[in-house]
Amino acid sequence: MAGTRRIGAWSRGTLFLFAAVVIYLAVLLLLPIAALVVQVAKTGLSSLFGQVFGGDALRALEMSLILAVIAAVVNGIFGVAAGIVFVRHKFMGRRVLDALSDMPLSVSPVMVGLAFLLIFGRGGWFTPILDLLHFKITFAFPGLVIATLFVTLPFTLREVSYVLLELGEEEEEAAAILGASPWQIFFRVTLPNIKNALAYGVTLTIARALGEFGAVLIIGGAISGKTQTGTTFINVAMEERRDAAAYGMALVLAVASVLLLLVLEALKKVEIKADEE
Amino acid sequence: MKKRFRAVIAAGPMGPGTRLAVILYIVVLVLIPLAAIVEKGLTGGVDGIWRAISTPMASKALFLTLWTAALMAVINAVMGTATAWVLVRHPFPGSRFLATIVDLPFAIPTLVAGIMLVTLFGPQTALGAWFGRHGLQIVFANPGIVLALLFITMPLVVRAVEPVLMELDPAEEEASFTLGAGSWTTFFRVVLPPILPAIASGTIQCFARAVAEFGSVVVVSGNIPFRTLTAPVYIFSEVEGDRPAVAAAVSIVLLLIAIGLLFSTRWLQGFVRRERV
Repeated sequence: MAGTRRIGAWSRGTLFLFAAVVIYLAVLLLLPIAALVVQVAKTGLSSLFGQVFGGDALRALEMSLILAVIAAVVNGIFGVAAGIVFVRHKFMGRRVLDALSDMPLSVSPVMVGLAFLLIFGRGGWFTPILDLLHFKITFAFPGLVIATLFVTLPFTLREVSYVLLELGEEEEEAAAILGASPWQIFFRVTLPNIKNALAYGVTLTIARALGEFGAVLIIGGAISGKTQTGTTFINVAMEERRDAAAYGMALVLAVASVLLLLVLEALKKVEIKADEE
Repeated sequence: MKKRFRAVIAAGPMGPGTRLAVILYIVVLVLIPLAAIVEKGLTGGVDGIWRAISTPMASKALFLTLWTAALMAVINAVMGTATAWVLVRHPFPGSRFLATIVDLPFAIPTLVAGIMLVTLFGPQTALGAWFGRHGLQIVFANPGIVLALLFITMPLVVRAVEPVLMELDPAEEEASFTLGAGSWTTFFRVVLPPILPAIASGTIQCFARAVAEFGSVVVVSGNIPFRTLTAPVYIFSEVEGDRPAVAAAVSIVLLLIAIGLLFSTRWLQGFVRRERV
């Protein structure tokens, strides 16, 4: 039929929009990544391996990994627990807590660092107790852990509670009627239902933990070999004009995030398959 | 009878003990640190906050943060909606790849995103030099800040609009075309109204993220006081300069903005949900 438009047809306007979107994404996303790869190639791959996989750089990378694993475990468990509590329980203050748990998404990392300095640092709220126990949080490993836990708090929770909300609780009720114990219901019914969302949330948590910079810089001080993470290593290397080291570490973190992105994509496919069945 | 089975579900791992643990975790990790900032920021009273943000350096930094975030949000609202539209309505070979790379900024550390932009648009690079010859400095200037903010918030509008667009019935657009409406009329009268809350919600999330951003901005902006120093970087410099009271006072302003934006997105998401039901 001449003159009729079909949805999905490639009219001139659509073609223009399509070109605009592709160019926009290419310039904003792909070109910068390519530029980093070219930059590292220019300084030479051998220097990349020399700079990143030796000494303090490797220690920094290791620190980032440890923090990511801790965040994944702690906030993974918290995310499941809080998801159940926020979706299934009715209690006073639930909405306030729910809103508070979203705050880490819009609080600046520098404010996170500042907040924990005010609590645990010199003259801080809890500093007398910490001194008594000879326990150091600021400019030490525990400070890095707390800052990382703060910034990664919402990710698993959001994914899990979204799924719980859609599921309802009929299956759990059925299990209860059939005589299952609370723990059996949790492990046999609830957990299998949310395991995909949990995996997705934990992957986002790991990505966010590896990428955290401002908060761990302030609370940890980026002390080489002690509180330095992958990102704060880059910062120090740039200040010391060790370009090869900075760009090398940046590339390593970028590659790690692309791998995590592929995991997220794979999880999405599993989810779509499960929906279709 | 039903009540008894419900009691089984709300026990054990899904019971009141879990609820108490969740509440405690959020209070300790989120509420107390934010309270510490508020307490420190209010040491000089409300006047103290006013004095802190009305110094030339602080007010310039706040203003810069707000206008770069606003400009970025407008661009992202348009391009994010266009991207979602192309992905949902015009599948093409490679649209899966496009859909995947849209999520990349969620995984890439923002500091690394900043470094990528410097390696692409920095003054020593071919592209940066070309722009420089034409009188446009990108990196270590305000256009770089907007670019960095665009990069890190890229997926937010796309991911907010996409699901709503998917559930829109193309038949309505067909009907509009059949009745003789043009593409523009159809877009503004048929497509835009139902996806508007989703666009607004995604755009506000972009703005909130941008106001808090540190890692990418600190690398691309050059941090020149009065010119390219943003509010989070200003807070960082005050913390490093051991003036936590000033840092906390400015933080309170950002915190109020974040809370306001958080509640407006929640309110808008209520509309999105109603639209989808």
